[in-house]
Amino acid sequence: MTYEFLQNYWWCLIALLGGLLVALMFVQGANLHLGNRTLDDTRKRMILNSTGRKWELTFTTLVTFGGAFFASFPLFYSTSFGGAYWVWVLLLVTFVFQAVSYEFQNKKENLLGVKAFRIALMVNGFLAPFLVGTAVGTFFTGSGFTVDKVAITDPSAPVISTWGSAWHGLEALGQFHAVLLGCTLVFLTAILGALYIINNVDDETVSVQMRRSVKINILPFLCFFLCWTLILLLSQGYAVSDDGTIYIEPFKYLHNLIQMPVVLVMFLAGVVLVLYCLYLGAFSQSRKGIWFGGTGTVLVVMSVFFLAGFNGTSYYPSNTDLQSSLTLANSSSSYFTLKVMTYVSLLIPFVVAYIAYAWHAMDMKKITPEEIEGPSDKY
Amino acid sequence: MDAIIWSRIQFAMTAAYHWLFVPLTLGLALVMAIMETIYVVKKDEFWKKTARFWMKLFAVNFAVGIATGIILEFEFGTNWSNYSWFVGDIFGAPLAIEGILAFFMEATFFAVMFFGWDKVSQKFHLASTWLTGIGATISAYWILVANGWMQNPVGTTFNPDTVRSEMASAAAFWDVISNPVAVSKFFHSVTSGWVTGGIFVIGVSCWYLLKGRQKRFAMSSIIVGGLVGLVGSGAVMLSGDSSGIHAAEFQPMKLAAAEGLEDGGRGAAFTIVPGIRIPKMLSILATHDIDGYVPGINDILNGYTDNEGNMVPSVAEKMAMGRKALDALAEYRSLKDTDPESAAAARAVMEENVRYMGYGHLEKPEDVIPPVGVVFWAFRFMIGLGMLLALVALLCLWFAWKEKLPKMRWLMWIAIICIPLVYICGQCGWIVAEVGRQPWTIQGLLPVNVAISSLGAGAVKTTFFVFLAVFALFLAIEIRIMLGAIRKGPEVEPENI
Repeated sequence: MTYEFLQNYWWCLIALLGGLLVALMFVQGANLHLGNRTLDDTRKRMILNSTGRKWELTFTTLVTFGGAFFASFPLFYSTSFGGAYWVWVLLLVTFVFQAVSYEFQNKKENLLGVKAFRIALMVNGFLAPFLVGTAVGTFFTGSGFTVDKVAITDPSAPVISTWGSAWHGLEALGQFHAVLLGCTLVFLTAILGALYIINNVDDETVSVQMRRSVKINILPFLCFFLCWTLILLLSQGYAVSDDGTIYIEPFKYLHNLIQMPVVLVMFLAGVVLVLYCLYLGAFSQSRKGIWFGGTGTVLVVMSVFFLAGFNGTSYYPSNTDLQSSLTLANSSSSYFTLKVMTYVSLLIPFVVAYIAYAWHAMDMKKITPEEIEGPSDKY
Repeated sequence: MDAIIWSRIQFAMTAAYHWLFVPLTLGLALVMAIMETIYVVKKDEFWKKTARFWMKLFAVNFAVGIATGIILEFEFGTNWSNYSWFVGDIFGAPLAIEGILAFFMEATFFAVMFFGWDKVSQKFHLASTWLTGIGATISAYWILVANGWMQNPVGTTFNPDTVRSEMASAAAFWDVISNPVAVSKFFHSVTSGWVTGGIFVIGVSCWYLLKGRQKRFAMSSIIVGGLVGLVGSGAVMLSGDSSGIHAAEFQPMKLAAAEGLEDGGRGAAFTIVPGIRIPKMLSILATHDIDGYVPGINDILNGYTDNEGNMVPSVAEKMAMGRKALDALAEYRSLKDTDPESAAAARAVMEENVRYMGYGHLEKPEDVIPPVGVVFWAFRFMIGLGMLLALVALLCLWFAWKEKLPKMRWLMWIAIICIPLVYICGQCGWIVAEVGRQPWTIQGLLPVNVAISSLGAGAVKTTFFVFLAVFALFLAIEIRIMLGAIRKGPEVEPENI
């Protein structure tokens, strides 16, 4: 195994975790539907209990995504987290509230009342996909930072990665292209959430409402996604030469797509699957939309990560100091660490298998109004 | 105050808060798993309902534990950017293992355990309960590998090209994951969680007995909780002993601060409280040798000869060597592309002095002294409370076994008072471990003032107060929900009450 192979392998895993994270954010999307006024309280609780059995998986995937990034590309972690402070803190706070909201909301001792915690879930339902999307959007637009490793020898200003903007990450909200991706994810996860509820909850009223919601969200989702993709393919990108120098290349991401046919196929296959799930959700009676939508999402997100990092591209470019841009080669962990982690990663199929088994066992019985109104443990 | 102080306060608060929830998770997980095992073996519904009651409290506690764990992970990056880069290569493998092996196990089987009673088979459910606890325990191991490495950075090579600590071989990886500091920390922390779980179960059960409610439930819970607490206490003492040995070996300043030892020597005495001393005891505890040498604060400042006969340089000398390493590093990096020969010479100078590199960042020798008073008293509270808790667990277990406990109101009251005390005890332990190693983020390599992110004090101050408000709110809610659930009580059948 060469160093380059290991760096690429870990970028594949980061892409996979990123893809799974976005797909699993159906939890966030589904929670947005708690605001649907035509649903009564029992039905809202069905949605809540349905996502309540999956939220930990999404949450854990987020933690592992962050942990894997820290472990395999620590310079990204130190540069982006320490620099784009407010974006990450905001994302963090919404997830922290989400983590307790399930357990707290229907307890009478919760001080704030059930409504406050449902609002917290909906805020997370909106902000999580929006912020993650916008943050990934900056992989293509660039951010203003510098990396200077000698700084650590200077006691007066020892920090290696410094951020240019005093907004510390919030300036990304002014980057039109990055925000488009954030909006895309909000509508995508709302659709995935509805498809998941259609699959997991056994109730006609809920089902009808969810199919309606898929219909409503199709148009904005497609608009944002198409705009983002078109701008991406037309925009210049941050290319890396063989000696590691970063330079601007026009149509870089279009070139990447053409020069990496596998990625092109993944991207198109993913898009087709997502379109098919839209059809299943809005115009058929099938309950299987989530499977196609989830798989398609994983494929599209992975291909987006591949466009950002492979084929001699800087995946986290600096638009104020070009040579500070992060590439897979200059930001990764050492050869040996990546090798050890690679051996560990061989356990992933085993982990996926037991998650699938547990999930399957738990979902054999769909959630019904009787269960919510009965005496069993629930949120 | 500047960003460094606020970042430290914020991280300390988050870590301390996280540790309010982790030990109960670790301890209750074991208690519940034992109870459910009894249920499956004896097929007695009573044990199922008993296990389910504790599971309810576990779930409330678990949620806040998860919520605060992710904050720590994020804060590594957001507030300790240099640190993240500096250690990323070492922590990479342990964190990857933690994520893949432990987190998913916990999350997946928690959901089965909590919601699966009527959905999966009895045996699958029992396995899920055990796996939730095992997942939490495995997770503790890997995060303590990371923490242990910060206390005793083994298996690392400083790479001047990347400017960070790197793991260079399979042997280095083995050194990191079998770091003796990490191993004893793991046992010490996890078994202190068992004590927390045991004392919590005993205290809550005693409240029922005092109220004359749920007698069978309470007595049965006290037996299981008492056993877990007692075994935990024994293991905490054993692992605490090896923690002391490790502190003496790898972090003598921490030990000197914990003892308030200005001037050390051979056959050093142990201070119980100021004025009361046991002769030679400190040497025995720290070196397992009655005449072992234990350096005091002044010895460490001025240099000394350790038990293996090695000369330990004074802090001023270490600072000079550290500065030399840093200057050589800067020189190496400025020359490596233009003048390879001089660069190699600079690199050699750096490598000669690299083990003291962190000292090069210090301003004055006294910077290496942690806040002695805090560490000294935290250490004493930890040990004193730990012994009291062990005694209470033992007495409650014994008298519950003899069925005399319900008449001993004084003991039951003490057991209830022990619930807050067990938390104070655990917090004191972490204060000794973490305040005692100041000013180091990584012992000898990276002091806190160099580990930070480039942020204004205002930003960190703002997030600190946001987290403070959130934490206070969650704690208030969690305690209210717990008290509510306890007041309501378990749903056991009337004939069992």
